[in-house]
Amino acid sequence: MIGYILKRLFFMIPTLFVISILVFVIIQLPPGDYLETYIAELQSQGESVDPDRIRFLRAEYGLDKPIYEQYFVWASGMLVGDYGYSFEYGLPVNEVIGDRLFLTIIISVVTIIFTWAIAFPIGIYSATHQYSWGDYGLSFIGFIGLATPNFLLALVMLYLANVYFGTSIGGLMDPEYIDQPWGIDKLISVLEHLWIPVVVIGTSGTAGMIRRLRANLLDELQKQYVVTARAKGMQEKKLVRKYPLRIAMNFFIADIGSLLPSVISGAEITAIVLSLPTTGPMMLNALQSQDMYLAGSFLMFLAMLTVIGVMLSDILLAMLDPRIRLQGGATK
Amino acid sequence: MSTHYVSEAPFDPHSVEQLTPEQEKLYLASQWQLMWLKLKQHRLAVASSVVLIIIYLLALFCEFLSPYNLHTRNTDYIYAPPQRVHVFHEGEFVGPFVYGYSYQLNMENLKREYAPDTRNIQKLRFFCRSDGYKFWGLFETDVHFVCPAAGGYLFLFGTDRLGRDMYSRILHGAKISLTIGLVGIALSFILGIVIGGIAGYYGGVVDNGIQRLIEILRSFPELPLWMALSATLPVTWSPILVFFGITLILALLDWTGLARAVRSKLLSLREEDYCTAAQLMGARPGRIIGRHLLPGFMSHLIASASLSIPGMILGETALSFLGLGLRPPITSWGVLLNEAQNINVVALYPWLMLPVVPVIIVILAFNFLGDGLRDAADPYK
Repeated sequence: MIGYILKRLFFMIPTLFVISILVFVIIQLPPGDYLETYIAELQSQGESVDPDRIRFLRAEYGLDKPIYEQYFVWASGMLVGDYGYSFEYGLPVNEVIGDRLFLTIIISVVTIIFTWAIAFPIGIYSATHQYSWGDYGLSFIGFIGLATPNFLLALVMLYLANVYFGTSIGGLMDPEYIDQPWGIDKLISVLEHLWIPVVVIGTSGTAGMIRRLRANLLDELQKQYVVTARAKGMQEKKLVRKYPLRIAMNFFIADIGSLLPSVISGAEITAIVLSLPTTGPMMLNALQSQDMYLAGSFLMFLAMLTVIGVMLSDILLAMLDPRIRLQGGATK
Repeated sequence: MSTHYVSEAPFDPHSVEQLTPEQEKLYLASQWQLMWLKLKQHRLAVASSVVLIIIYLLALFCEFLSPYNLHTRNTDYIYAPPQRVHVFHEGEFVGPFVYGYSYQLNMENLKREYAPDTRNIQKLRFFCRSDGYKFWGLFETDVHFVCPAAGGYLFLFGTDRLGRDMYSRILHGAKISLTIGLVGIALSFILGIVIGGIAGYYGGVVDNGIQRLIEILRSFPELPLWMALSATLPVTWSPILVFFGITLILALLDWTGLARAVRSKLLSLREEDYCTAAQLMGARPGRIIGRHLLPGFMSHLIASASLSIPGMILGETALSFLGLGLRPPITSWGVLLNEAQNINVVALYPWLMLPVVPVIIVILAFNFLGDGLRDAADPYK
């Protein structure tokens, strides 16, 4: 088991390396660098630009170095927790980000727990009551949930809350807690606000998971061992719980690999609509003003979050299923 | 010595179990015919394809069907609410008409308040002349299916902040929103088949490399990567270039699923005898893949491709909604929704959110159709 975990951790390194190169390429894609934009802006305002100052800035940010060296500086800085410099805010990226990444992680984790908690019982019900009215109804709701993009759902919910309750459901905590240090009160306030984004982000994932769980469980329920157990007079409830469900569980854990990227994507755009203090709105801002180091760090963080999440799910899966542990790889 | 009895009657293999003409048709049907038969049984898929065909036709004839042009401004009617089409006026048959507006500016919250003015009856005209347009870019015309009464107005879905008719704009937006999914899927289809084909046919190191690349691409959360990539499109690009840029970005992240499917199928199919035979006869890899292997599972590919169209449409909608995607004057549903970003505006003028409805309908229809296609893709099961 430990060997498997170590192997998994080791394989993460090249993945993260390639991701960092991709992100860096994206950072470099816009023509020119931030300083050129800055100079153009100053000149358009009729201010003179001191070439010495520009040269100083260029050297300060390492923009005069060849591109591979710039990458090296950026990537090695990331390893020791220095994520570069946000030009727009004039601050190191670390300080700009603050709580935001933490809140993104909280929202993502809670959303996944929500997804599981809802999808699990409904999926089992739908599979064991195939073609019943309950199954049809739940499938229909699931389809709607799947088809409704979460930013539109967020928009609709904002609108409904605004019209019927006259309140804004945006934000993630009561205004008085913003910029306050973390404490019990703040945590409670966050939890009170959390359920709306969680529902909004989780809906499509939940719907998808219900459908997949139902299909998987249905496959299992038609197998011979189930028929055998039934023929021997085993109780239906115990039967489902004891055998097919256990096998369906595997996929349930494995599914987090496909769930996590979509949850994080959803969290970003939902956060923008609901103006949550997470990475979403700030990333959008950074992208719009082409503050590429800030945007790049966000992208890198999100990708890292996904990679780590997928790795955790793989390890969980290996703990659960000896076949994977022994063969040394997830079979999909 | 008894002789061996031989019946004189001609041999009929079906004498015991007579085949009905329907059965015969079924046994003789080609794979695509079988798929068609199976798809027809999937009611939801059939209904969805009808809906999609209608919507695509609407988009095709949007200039003709909409009462106004995309950019026609009615500066007297800014944020006008949707009008209802009536047929009877005070119990009397008039034919389809709308009531005019009475307008008032609420000085308290500066909300523009419109109310239907029941004295002002504006009969709709059909096959009438109004704004001129170039039909399919071919010839100039000004014939519309429906226009407002002379001197009147017709805003079925209300108007936006410049007094542009939402109904016309949604119809026009359909053109872009619906094509971006198709163009994108065509691109990712080609990418997926070529890259997946190379990985599956050659195997070994090439396959390994491509597999890792796919894994890495899939571990990126899609939307943030889309956002980052579309933010790198130069601002100096013309809107039409941006359109192609966005399509390319959507396709660049989508091919991985198809490539995986192609690869795993090829890995098993290349061991088949007919593939070896083709190799021995000296066929080149390109021909073997394209001529012998791909047709065997083309139906699966089409089915799974149709399932990723909604994702692309949503991607474009999300990007344009955030202001990172298409830019006016190119109008898609996402661009229209961009106006609905400010919740305070939406609360006052909720019809700005109407483009949500066609988005959801199209996404649902594509999902159902894709489901049906996937079931039908394997007709021998």
